Amino acid sequence: MLSQGPVPLIFEMGAPGRRAFSLPGGDVPEAVLPAGLRRETPPRLPEVSEGELVRHFTTLSNLNFGVDTGFYPLGSCTMKYNPKVFEVVARLPGLSGLHPYLPEELAQGALRIIHELERYLAEIAGLARVTMQPAAGAHGELVGVLLIRAYHESRGNPRQKILIPDSAHGTNPATAAMAGYEVVTLPSDARGGIDVGALEKAMDDTVAGLMLTNPNTLGLFDENIDVITGLVHGKGGLLYYDGANANAVMGYSRPGDMGFDVVHFNLHKTFATPHGGGGPGAGPVAVTAELAPYLPVPLVDFDGESYRLNYDLPRSIGRVRSFYGNFGVLVKAYAYIRSMGAAGLKQAAGDAVLNANYVMRHLQEYFDLPFDRACKHEFVLSGKRQKEKNGVRTLDMAKRLMDYGFHPPTVYFPLIVEEAMMIEPTETESKETLDRFIGACAAVANEARDEPEKVHGAPHTTPFGRMDETRAARQPDLRWR
Amino acid sequence: MQYIPNTEADRQKMLADIGAASVEDLFADIPAFLRLTRELDLPPALSEMELVGHMTALAQAPPTCFLGGGCYDHFIPAVVDALVSRSEFYTAYTPYQPEISQGTLTAIYEFQTMIAELTGLDAANASMYDGASALAEAAVMAVRKTGRTRVAVAESVHPEYRRVLATYLAPRRVELVQLPYEGGITAAAAVDGTAAVLVQQPNFFGCLEDVGQLAGLARAAGALFIVSCDPVSLAVLKPPGAYGADIACGEGQSLGLPMSFGGPGLGFLAVRESLVRHLPGRMAGATVDNRGRRAFVLTMQAREQHIRREKAGSNICSNHALCALAATVHLSALGPAGLARVASLCAAKAAYASAAVNGVPGFRAAFAAPFFKEFVVKSDYPWEKVRCGLSRHNLAAGPELSRFYPELAGHFLVAVTEKRTRAEIDRLKTALREVASC
Repeated sequence: MLSQGPVPLIFEMGAPGRRAFSLPGGDVPEAVLPAGLRRETPPRLPEVSEGELVRHFTTLSNLNFGVDTGFYPLGSCTMKYNPKVFEVVARLPGLSGLHPYLPEELAQGALRIIHELERYLAEIAGLARVTMQPAAGAHGELVGVLLIRAYHESRGNPRQKILIPDSAHGTNPATAAMAGYEVVTLPSDARGGIDVGALEKAMDDTVAGLMLTNPNTLGLFDENIDVITGLVHGKGGLLYYDGANANAVMGYSRPGDMGFDVVHFNLHKTFATPHGGGGPGAGPVAVTAELAPYLPVPLVDFDGESYRLNYDLPRSIGRVRSFYGNFGVLVKAYAYIRSMGAAGLKQAAGDAVLNANYVMRHLQEYFDLPFDRACKHEFVLSGKRQKEKNGVRTLDMAKRLMDYGFHPPTVYFPLIVEEAMMIEPTETESKETLDRFIGACAAVANEARDEPEKVHGAPHTTPFGRMDETRAARQPDLRWR
Repeated sequence: MQYIPNTEADRQKMLADIGAASVEDLFADIPAFLRLTRELDLPPALSEMELVGHMTALAQAPPTCFLGGGCYDHFIPAVVDALVSRSEFYTAYTPYQPEISQGTLTAIYEFQTMIAELTGLDAANASMYDGASALAEAAVMAVRKTGRTRVAVAESVHPEYRRVLATYLAPRRVELVQLPYEGGITAAAAVDGTAAVLVQQPNFFGCLEDVGQLAGLARAAGALFIVSCDPVSLAVLKPPGAYGADIACGEGQSLGLPMSFGGPGLGFLAVRESLVRHLPGRMAGATVDNRGRRAFVLTMQAREQHIRREKAGSNICSNHALCALAATVHLSALGPAGLARVASLCAAKAAYASAAVNGVPGFRAAFAAPFFKEFVVKSDYPWEKVRCGLSRHNLAAGPELSRFYPELAGHFLVAVTEKRTRAEIDRLKTALREVASC
């Protein structure tokens, strides 16, 4: 164990016997658990006062950077502002206090929220039905590919392969493998879209489907989308839409209309629910009417009078989690859609795209722009110039941005762009913030040229400096002892 | 749109600046026939005041809760919500930039420590989605580790968890063998050639399994022993690591999270040392920064999807970090004495409730096996009648079990947490007495 850091762990605080709780005395006789099953030594949990506890976690919170702290242009993560009122409504005791096995008539409001959110997301996707069960985007991907598998199995053959572009999120190939498929990677063309020739060659009746993010991780809309969907459908394959980038097209274009059969949304990206420092999110999956019979159980149906849980899907893929999904997250996404309305959602997409293009056009002078065309909600720059001329890497420049008060963009992704910096401003940032960010990026580019050592050593002003990640991986220390 | 700062003037300035005529122009790469030419069919936008009114109308005060089956009405100290409501925590992304994410990373490391302590195992990850997917991922780990293609699961494991397990294992062509129960606990059974033996402690019926004997069976078969457990119970019950479990997992909702109609909860997953590099998901590890000070980073990422892509063991990335933070605060508030007190109160009240229900004509405890905080009641009345009788007294118990176990028609679960008072339990007894007349 390393010696105590500048911030003690909760285990390094307090004293035996100190406590931060009060519980009522027993109003019934104590029970005796079987001797052979009883714990002999208590777990070593902290023993602190409530004041110490609050200071500790407040101190920790101050070491974090969130959307509420400042601009967070983390590409592909859609770090938009999370409105406060959604936190309030999700905590209403009549929603947060509901047990999932309550009789349906005592949970009509909650079931209505799930049902109506399903309708809204189906409309936004241009598809028929939606499961709310997946707890995250990757979880939604798993459901989606299992649905594709179930569809093919019902036709006698699950098929063997899933096609995935080389610009895809790592979750796509990992998901396809989890669902029992072999992954075939498709190259991108010079405009950043799928190489249609390569797709044509790869597509045959052993291919179950294609997973595609559109706009893709370069922030580019695939202009050949109708050719792509035609090729895949032509050989009996299905199309999966990774909705990580749905914020770019909401209200402008619908995946269902583009020809996609399965779509997942990340409610913690597109629909303004907070990311929580790594979850909980929610990854609902929308499908065509043809795929609806395979959805996980239960769905929430409305018979004109009341809402009920429908478990009667004999061809369902089953379940991917207990109960009905991350309801607390669904409530916030529902509230977001209700507060934005159709025009508001479209405005959000329009401004997300405008903001991204504005920043891109101002930064292309300072960095390489591998795909010079109008982007959607995000764009990818390359730090190749700085690496070759100044020996400064993208990682260094990303770290240096912290000294200017910004969260760095996503770096080294997508894999097909050397020294990639993926920038997604979102619609909830003002022009002044964007201008400040542009100024900071320009300053960092200049420093990379004129004072590279300053950038190499960054960050300088953050509470902690760069980490020895090799040590962490080689000498794993995963718990306090 | 109070969440969008751009004014029309801002837009015009920005468009002029980048040489675009309109925002629509920026969408020119979407083929015209794929562009939506109408507005989305959604209800009109609500103001904040209207939204609060609408949501308040949808909220429905719940009855007094004796419901169980994997989600429990435990008390949550005010300090938990106060701290997880700090927006530096909840508006951050996954801590990819450790220099400005030490809050989340330190809390994850503390969480991992607490889960390892509770389960008596060596290491835990940063969290999973829920108890069911944690169990499924544990089984997948065992299949990958042993190379075997059969997994044995006790029928007394939560039926929804078993359904998730089946969903995760089907594409891997893994056969799932169900181990039957007798008197509420798992009967000794053949588990030869399996990758893992999966049990739940306390099990879905609330009963305490003979985990020592089951661990022995697994060991003799060369299978991993995987236990899904209630973390509150681990304050007073033997930890899985002490009776030979290789992997412990479970649902952490009981550690400071509201029931929230079943989610978000908190999956946890802990393992012996030899399995650490097989763990799916995020893990925080200690290291030093370039100023020589202890700090924390996401580590051993070579296991994960963003590096390994199709060779990763799982696709999980976002997990339930904020829920793990809530559990960390909750466990810090309770400490060893508080958690043990909560567990003892649950056990005492459940025992009192069981005795109370057992004395009501037409109702009796279904199983003689010892239990922790919930138990199965066998009723001579149709479930609709029982539910109605409970509703009259603003109580709810369950779930009714025939939907999961056809052989247990007329049986239902009763869960009793530290929140239930003797008066409420007596009211449950009264309500059941009146069922005959409902």
